[in-house]
Amino acid sequence: MSKQKTYDEINQKIADGKAVVMTAEEVSRMAEEMNPAEIAKKVDVVTTGTFGAMCSSGIFINFGHSDPPIKMKKVYLNNVPAHGGLAAVDAYLGATELSETNEKYGGAHVIEELIKGKNIHLKAFATGTDCYPRTEIETIINKKNINEIVMFNPRNAYQNYNVAVNSTGRIKYTYMGNLLPHFGNATYSTSGELSPLLNDPELRTIGIGTRLFIGGTEGFVAWNGTQFNTSKPKNEFGIPLSNAATIATIGNLKKMSADFIRAAYFEKYGVSLFVGIGIPIPILDEDMARFVSISNKNIETSIVDYGIHPNIVLGRVNYKELQSGEIILNGKKIRTAPLSSIMKARQIAEILRTWIKQKQFFLNAPVQVFPKNTSLNKLEVKL
Amino acid sequence: MKKRYVLTFPPHTLDEPLTYHIIKQYDVMINIINARVTAGEEGHLVIGMTGAKENIEKSVEYLRAKSVKCVSIKKHLKYSHDLCIHCGACTAVCFAGALKMIKPLWELRFDAESCTVCELCIKACPLGLFHIDFDE
Repeated sequence: MSKQKTYDEINQKIADGKAVVMTAEEVSRMAEEMNPAEIAKKVDVVTTGTFGAMCSSGIFINFGHSDPPIKMKKVYLNNVPAHGGLAAVDAYLGATELSETNEKYGGAHVIEELIKGKNIHLKAFATGTDCYPRTEIETIINKKNINEIVMFNPRNAYQNYNVAVNSTGRIKYTYMGNLLPHFGNATYSTSGELSPLLNDPELRTIGIGTRLFIGGTEGFVAWNGTQFNTSKPKNEFGIPLSNAATIATIGNLKKMSADFIRAAYFEKYGVSLFVGIGIPIPILDEDMARFVSISNKNIETSIVDYGIHPNIVLGRVNYKELQSGEIILNGKKIRTAPLSSIMKARQIAEILRTWIKQKQFFLNAPVQVFPKNTSLNKLEVKL
Repeated sequence: MKKRYVLTFPPHTLDEPLTYHIIKQYDVMINIINARVTAGEEGHLVIGMTGAKENIEKSVEYLRAKSVKCVSIKKHLKYSHDLCIHCGACTAVCFAGALKMIKPLWELRFDAESCTVCELCIKACPLGLFHIDFDE
C-alpha cells in the first residue's frame, strides 16, 4: 500500500498553492498510462460535475413579518402554491409544484427568477390568530427584500441512472424526455466519468457535511438523499448498474447563479429544475485514485423500457457506447441523446478546480458517513 | 445554391400547380420535405430548392405574388442559442440530423438547412427554446 494522505495534508497543499487538482475526465485519461499508485502520488484532488434535471429540489423561504403580522397558512408565489405548514412566514417551495394558472410554469421557474433578482408576486392567506391577526397579504418580493432563501434538495446527483427506451407504438412523454415509439431513441442522464457519485462509488469521502458546488456557489451535503440505495447490483468495477445512492444538498440561493440553476418543463410530464452540482474528491490513497480513474467504458447502466409498467430492464450498456450516439439493443441500432449537459458539467468541474487553486475552497472529511446497507421499501396498497 | 423554405398556401391557391410552374419556368429543382395539405384549409409545404441564386429568388417572388407565404427555414424555426444549456434533449427527436451534439465540446448545433420542420424539437426542449415564426 502506498503512502496515505490526510485531509489536513491536502488542505495544507491547497493553502501553500501546491495542490495538484485535476478534473475527473483528465484523471481518467491519465489513468490510461499511469497506475493508481502513481496517480495517488501525483494528484491531490479530483473535481467532478453534473448538470441535470433534479425534480427533488426546492427552497425554504422566510418572508419577514408585515405589520400587522400574518401566519401565512396558504402561500402563493407567482400563483405557484408553496407549503406554508411551518412557523409563520416560513414556507417551502418545491421545484415541481405547478402554477394554478399555467401548466408549464412552476416552482422551478420561481426559483430561477428569484436567483435572477426578479420581482415575485406573493399572495398569502391565514385564519388570523391573536398573535397573527392579518388574514390576507399581497405584495412583491425579491431576493433582496426577504430574509433567508435556502435551497434544500432532498434527492440530487443520482449515482448512475437508467437509459430510457420505449417499446410501444406511441410516443411517451416522460421525465427522460420524449421517447419515440418502437425503440426510436434512447435517452440517458448522467455525466458518466464526470459524475460526482460515480467517482467515489463506496462513498468514502462523500457524506454528511461534505462541502460542494451547488448552483454556482458553495453548499453542503446535508444528509443521504431520499431513496438512498446501496443494494443495487454492481459491475466488476464497483459501479452500481442503475440508480443507487443519492445526496440531499443545501446551499444559499441568494448566492446562486442562473447559469447553474435552470427551470425546465418536460412535455406532458411537468416542471423540473436543472441543478449544477460538483464535488471535489480527495485522493487519500491508492483506492481513491483507482475509483477516480474510472472511464466511461467501465461505467455501465441498465436500459429500461419506459413504455410499460412495471418498467423492465432490457439490457446493459456503458457510457462510452451511449456517448457515441448509438447503441445496439437486440440487434437494432438506436440513436442516443443525453439529457444532462456535459458542457455544463465540465464547466462546474473547472470552476471547482479554480476555487481550490485560488485557495477559496478547502476539503473536509464527512462529519458522518452514509449508511452502508440500505434498500428500498415498496409502498403496499392495503386499503 | 440550395435553400429550404416553408410555404403556406391560402385555401384558394390549392388548385394551382405552383411548384410545376417554378420547375418549368425557373429551372429550380424542388424537393418536397414535408407536406400538410387539406382541401379547403391552409396548406403547408416544406421544400428544398436547388438552382441558380437568382432563379430561387424569382421563384420566391412568383410564389409571394400568388399570395403564398414563403419563409426561409432559418427564419421559420427560431432557436434561442444564448439560453441553451446544451443538455441534448432535442437531439433525441431530430431525425433530420439538424440538431446535433458536436463533440468534443458537447455543444448543440442547429443546422437550419437540414431541418424538415417536423416540429418535434419544440416539445422536446425542456427550456422551450424553439419557436415557430410564421411571419415572412
